[in-house]
Amino acid sequence: MQSQELNLQPEPGRKQASGTWWATLRLPLLALGGALALTTLVLLSSGVSPLQAYRILIFGAFSTPVRFSDMIMLAAPLLLCATGLTLTFSAGLYNLGVEGQLALGAVAAMLPLRLFPELPPALLWSLCFACAAAGGALWALLAAWLRLSAGVSEIFAGLGLNFLASGLALYLVLGPWRRSGSASMSGTELLPRELWLPTLGALRLAPLAPLLALLALALVWWAVRQTRWGLQLRAVGLNRVAADRLGVPAQRRIAEAMAGCGALAGMAGAIQVLGVFHQLIPNISSGVGLLGLLVALLVRADPRWVLPVAVVFASFTVGSVQLPLALGVDSSIAGVLQGALVLFALLARGLSRRVTG
Amino acid sequence: MEVAVHNLCKAFGAVRANDDLTLRFAAGQIHGVLGENGAGKSTLMKLIAGFLRPDGGSIRFDGREASLHGPGAALRAGVGMVHQDPLDLPAFTALENLLCAAPRGAIGSRAAGRQLLSELARRLGFTVEPDAPLASLTVGQRQQLEIIRLLACGARVLILDEPTTGITAAQTRALFAALRRLAAEGNTVLFVSHKLEEVAELCDTVCVLRAGRLVGEQLPMPVPQRRLLELMFGAAVAQPTAGGAGEVRITALRSEGGLPANAGEDGTPALPGLHGSPTTERIAGEAVWQLAGVSARAGSVALRDVSLSIAAGRIVGLAGLDGSGQPILLRLLTGRMRPETGHILVNGRALSGGGSRAYRAAGIEYLPADRLNEGMIGALSLTEHFALLQNAALVDQRAAERAARAAIADYAIKATPVTPIRALSGGNQQRALLALVPPDCRGIACEQPTRGLDVASAQAIWRRLLERRLAGCAIVFASADLDELIAYSDEVLVFFAGRVSAPLHRAELSVARLAELIGGVGFGGG
Amino acid sequence: MDQVTIFLAAVLAGAAPLIFATMGETLTERAGVINLSLDGTILLAAMIAFAVALNTNSLLLGFGAAALVGALIALVLSFLSLSLRQSQTAVGFVLALLCTELSSFLGAPFVRVPGPSVPFMPIPGLASLPLIGPILFRHDLAIYASLLLVPLIWWLLFQTRTGLTLRALGERPQAAFARGVPVVPTRYLVTIVGGALVGIAGAVYSLDLKQGWSYRHTFGAGWIALAIVIFGGWRPWRVALGCYLFAALEILALRMQSVLPGVPTQVFQVAPFALMIVVLALVNLTGNPRVTRRIGSLPPGLRQPVQALVSRISAPPPAALGQPFERP
Repeated sequence: MQSQELNLQPEPGRKQASGTWWATLRLPLLALGGALALTTLVLLSSGVSPLQAYRILIFGAFSTPVRFSDMIMLAAPLLLCATGLTLTFSAGLYNLGVEGQLALGAVAAMLPLRLFPELPPALLWSLCFACAAAGGALWALLAAWLRLSAGVSEIFAGLGLNFLASGLALYLVLGPWRRSGSASMSGTELLPRELWLPTLGALRLAPLAPLLALLALALVWWAVRQTRWGLQLRAVGLNRVAADRLGVPAQRRIAEAMAGCGALAGMAGAIQVLGVFHQLIPNISSGVGLLGLLVALLVRADPRWVLPVAVVFASFTVGSVQLPLALGVDSSIAGVLQGALVLFALLARGLSRRVTG
Repeated sequence: MEVAVHNLCKAFGAVRANDDLTLRFAAGQIHGVLGENGAGKSTLMKLIAGFLRPDGGSIRFDGREASLHGPGAALRAGVGMVHQDPLDLPAFTALENLLCAAPRGAIGSRAAGRQLLSELARRLGFTVEPDAPLASLTVGQRQQLEIIRLLACGARVLILDEPTTGITAAQTRALFAALRRLAAEGNTVLFVSHKLEEVAELCDTVCVLRAGRLVGEQLPMPVPQRRLLELMFGAAVAQPTAGGAGEVRITALRSEGGLPANAGEDGTPALPGLHGSPTTERIAGEAVWQLAGVSARAGSVALRDVSLSIAAGRIVGLAGLDGSGQPILLRLLTGRMRPETGHILVNGRALSGGGSRAYRAAGIEYLPADRLNEGMIGALSLTEHFALLQNAALVDQRAAERAARAAIADYAIKATPVTPIRALSGGNQQRALLALVPPDCRGIACEQPTRGLDVASAQAIWRRLLERRLAGCAIVFASADLDELIAYSDEVLVFFAGRVSAPLHRAELSVARLAELIGGVGFGGG
Repeated sequence: MDQVTIFLAAVLAGAAPLIFATMGETLTERAGVINLSLDGTILLAAMIAFAVALNTNSLLLGFGAAALVGALIALVLSFLSLSLRQSQTAVGFVLALLCTELSSFLGAPFVRVPGPSVPFMPIPGLASLPLIGPILFRHDLAIYASLLLVPLIWWLLFQTRTGLTLRALGERPQAAFARGVPVVPTRYLVTIVGGALVGIAGAVYSLDLKQGWSYRHTFGAGWIALAIVIFGGWRPWRVALGCYLFAALEILALRMQSVLPGVPTQVFQVAPFALMIVVLALVNLTGNPRVTRRIGSLPPGLRQPVQALVSRISAPPPAALGQPFERP
């Protein structure tokens, strides 16, 4: 398990070798073509006009301000998770625990809300985000510790910790933090209006969320591309033995990458609580962490592509919400398209590897 | 069964591991296969046992051409191979190892397997308990089990690759007795070894490979040891005064490197050169490394009770065949491994508890033989490597690029500052590895510094290493190239099966002497 | 007493799909391949099994279709990871999500549609035995099959020559290659068979336990199965124990909620995962030399029981799990 081959990072050497436009565009085109073919097949099998479905999937999120703001509010936590995963993928880790880190962040964000509801909102929000980052980082560090000292693969530790985190959220929602009256799976009591992240007019768009996500992306981009820390992180991910020989403290970098990813996922959790659901619900992540993993897998931890891919994925998801009303089909076709894109990207990479030997 | 190969060829990249080999191993005999590191013995054996597929030529068993698409096919044809590190399953018991993927015709049931195992073990004088977990067995017992397994699966030709490495003397005796018995029963045994005494004791004939070619064919034993060494290592052994290409190269280098070029002028490569010369005296300073009573073990090889001191400005060569323990010493010297007993001082201080990074901080550099997997990061460029070595939090891209350009110019590396390391040739990679050694380094431990390099690249590497040494750096290097060891070492330590010879000083070095020690001849008796 | 037998019978039934999924995954991982797609495979297979059974009115075809779906997904995984050398983790993960979404999309017309389900079939005679009768012999065929599957997989892995070869692939594929085993094709085969079993797990959900299909109604069963395989140390009996433990906690949680409203009993369900992580850490720590040394330095009276406990708990994963095989 430990020595699993990771070929996530771009391979500049090979690209330069072949050079033509076809060589650079071959893989993305192959992935896109394959994914569209599969999705079209699925759409046809359920008797829907693929063109209409694609129109809604692709442009639906931009059709009305309400939908657009929904898209942004999904893209923001997604971007945070994918950005965090850029760190862990750079360090050669599969942080499948991102869902749990997000959930724990959400739980931690609830702490100041419950303890000091009297504080001025701005201070309270800062406190929430700080707690959320700390909570997520702590959860990630637990996985890192299991990996580094007990040798438990971060994949399985992450999976287990995901269940623990969702168990914790469930416990809090149904137990100590239950609504007055009766416990309900639908979540804790709604936050008072004044504690919701401020929105643009009547829209659900809270500008703070995308701003924070963009800031995080810029920071991570800068850290990974410009700082020696980021270079060391990539060195560890590419070749841990050689990085160690060159004086890189590999174990510390792994722990830091995990903590960084956990902190960002935790902040995504805070956004879910403060800006999206305005309460803690059992399924607080609603799959954002998993979607973030798909984004990170597709862009191979290249920060340049995180933003566009996260926005495209978020707009698929939001656009697809109209499908049941407009065409009478399930909205999950967005997930099919997203998954197929990554699957065919993997296929394309594998095939090109085989061709170039 | 008789084994024959005709015009067999196998290349790995540019290296011709087996170059047009034609030879025959008669049935019912024990055949020794000799050769120094990289001579192509293992490749030949793996071709015969189906692990590798030949590029050209044919393999014939009893005159019938065999097309071996894998080791399974070879075993069905009656050829089995015991690897130096037996290819068995540590998670299984001995019996399970025997049964695993064994042809049903050979072993009908678990009970039959158990019976066969104890019967073969008894017949061959081996001690293997059927229900013992393999992890609890010694290498010797695992080897015995592999032999039993191959015989049970119908092998009539047994190939053993360096079988006496890591096993006890009693196990060696049992093994030899068993092999003789098997040969007497009509089986063919191919015995790959570098231990001349064992070959002399056991084998009926011997063939010698050198650089992928056959240089001694089916010599009936006994063959004088001197003659075997001559075949293995080339004519230099017989005529130690004849200046070969290697010596000429050294002479040229010495003068270039600004060192007294008093070696080779009169045609003698005796190389008294640097020893006792004023330069050497000046640069030989305090001890960089001091080892006292150090023991360590890796896999089946153990170093015992090594004590030595390596001064600044000295070059120590480590000689010996693969698997004799040189890498253990290199790893100990660079903090990659901790001694089981004894202690190591660096610059007079114990770095107890500190791993390789503490050693690196103390100025110790490790240059591994596997440059791409252990030395550098293939996907990163030279500029990025220099950036990694910077101290500031932010990467100073300009400074890194400047350093990369300087290194490219100084070390004549054929690359741009942004070429990924893996796109460089072996020689350029090695130069890059050396260029990345910080200037204030105190000790360099290198593994095979010039392996796979052409003469010009090797010279360039050594020119740099000699410069470092002039700057007061201690250098320890392991090499399989005797000429290289003799040319550059102030003293040489010879490793044989985990034992380390007394240091041989420059004046005592000769190819003949080294070749003998490497083969275990005259190895201190204990 | 009656309560207890009903409870135990419910545990056996509730764990049946998990048994199929974990036994399939145990096989696959024993051969050195991680099929991380379980969650998606189970859902897609459940949906297709239900759709096929509904349209053909044949339960057998439903189960067959589920097995086929599982096998196909495993084939895709094998091709991408074994032949094209993409990371098993990445491929499995993507397949898990993709198949989940596919099941939701394609299964939309079948949500909460009444359909066929495996008929209750007490075994005459045995079913009326006291105690064990109601626990063991008052189920349906799918659940009987799950009970037989555990000893079957154990027998296959640990009592047959085929099992030895299969485990060799997961422990040291080079050694299997040296013994003439075609490593990659055999891994393909085992992965596909394991995938088929996982597919059947889906059919057991939709055609038996849940008697129908609904969006994501196996919520997380695949991830749970993956965790249970690790918890069980890749040993069929222990893995089965994990399944029953999980099912028991799940049922307890439901019961307790009606008995003690207000106590968040769902929390019981995560107990196995806490346990899994602790067990995993313990198992891995036993291989750590520092820990071994520390145990060695315990007083003799304590050392022996600790060592015995450690060796009982320790269940190392197949040594070559997840690693690609390179032909020499």
